[in-house]
Amino acid sequence: MMQPGFTDPVLDGQSVFRAVLEATSRPGRVQEISAGLTPPAPLHPATAAVLLTLADTETPVFSDAGAAAAEWLRFHAGCPLVAAPATAAFLLATGAPPALEEIDLGSDEAPQEGATLVLQVASLAEGGALRLSGPGIEHEHGLHVEGLPQGFLAARAALAPLYPRGLDIILCAGTRVAALPRTTIVTALPRTTTVMEG
Amino acid sequence: MPEPAPTPPPNAAPETAARQRWMAVLARTGLAALEARLAGAPPLPPHTRLRGPETGLVMLRGRAGGDGGPFNLSEMTVTRCAVRLADGTVGHAYVAGRDKAQAELAALLDAALQDPAQRPALMAAVIEPLAEAQAGAAAAESRKAAATRVQFFTMATMR
Repeated sequence: MMQPGFTDPVLDGQSVFRAVLEATSRPGRVQEISAGLTPPAPLHPATAAVLLTLADTETPVFSDAGAAAAEWLRFHAGCPLVAAPATAAFLLATGAPPALEEIDLGSDEAPQEGATLVLQVASLAEGGALRLSGPGIEHEHGLHVEGLPQGFLAARAALAPLYPRGLDIILCAGTRVAALPRTTIVTALPRTTTVMEG
Repeated sequence: MPEPAPTPPPNAAPETAARQRWMAVLARTGLAALEARLAGAPPLPPHTRLRGPETGLVMLRGRAGGDGGPFNLSEMTVTRCAVRLADGTVGHAYVAGRDKAQAELAALLDAALQDPAQRPALMAAVIEPLAEAQAGAAAAESRKAAATRVQFFTMATMR
């Protein structure tokens, strides 16, 4: 059954955009999204709100979230849905994302034209085992992500030498949003040991 | 102002053609006329708003002559609405102007008319009288226009 979209498309869209902007400019800081969406499963409210805000008729979306979510997105965002990850401007991944090298990473002349990955995870919290550093972070931010696909961080780190090309990632869980822009360096602390090995 | 009834595409399914007809009638009916008709109709089911009602602009395209290239004539104000009934039926409406209540009521009627159980009563109470009134107004308009038509028969006979 079709679910409603934003109650107030303008104000809700603006507040969600502000949250995504905060999240991307301060990587690792978790933002709350309060637009009361009831999207179809398996979408979380935050994932749905981010896509409704960012996707429109000019941004092809790749989705792995099933027919109900695709229909909901097509109706409310009006975005074309594509089958090939390489042609998408936004990629919605509720499970393992497509191979990162298949995604459009922009060109050296226009790196801003690359795709953005909206990755839905089980939960997000500040101050976890992932240590984030880079632009927008004074010293180091900690981020706790539950449900990150296997080998995802290694695949993301492998894209770093391609800079300025790269992939910006928006992490969504429940009503929370955090971002990993292409410039952020992520190191995973070992869970049990306190000594970092060189 | 009454407009001629549009002819549905020839390959449309009968269901689609019927829906196109009532949607066209609803789109041409103002809020006051709609409410007056609904006073004598069975009550409408409860609904949830899916999108809107919201107002925007639609580009009208024209064509100069039969074989001229299309051009953008102007924009017009359109209000659209989509509602859902408890059973999941979705109704849509696009109406000219900025009347949000009219768009919502038209969308709700579109949803209710898709239910075969409610359709006959609603068609008889709302759509058919409105369609008749619109056809009558269109006929009166074209009669008025026809009365001022100039017949150049003198030129034809002179040749």
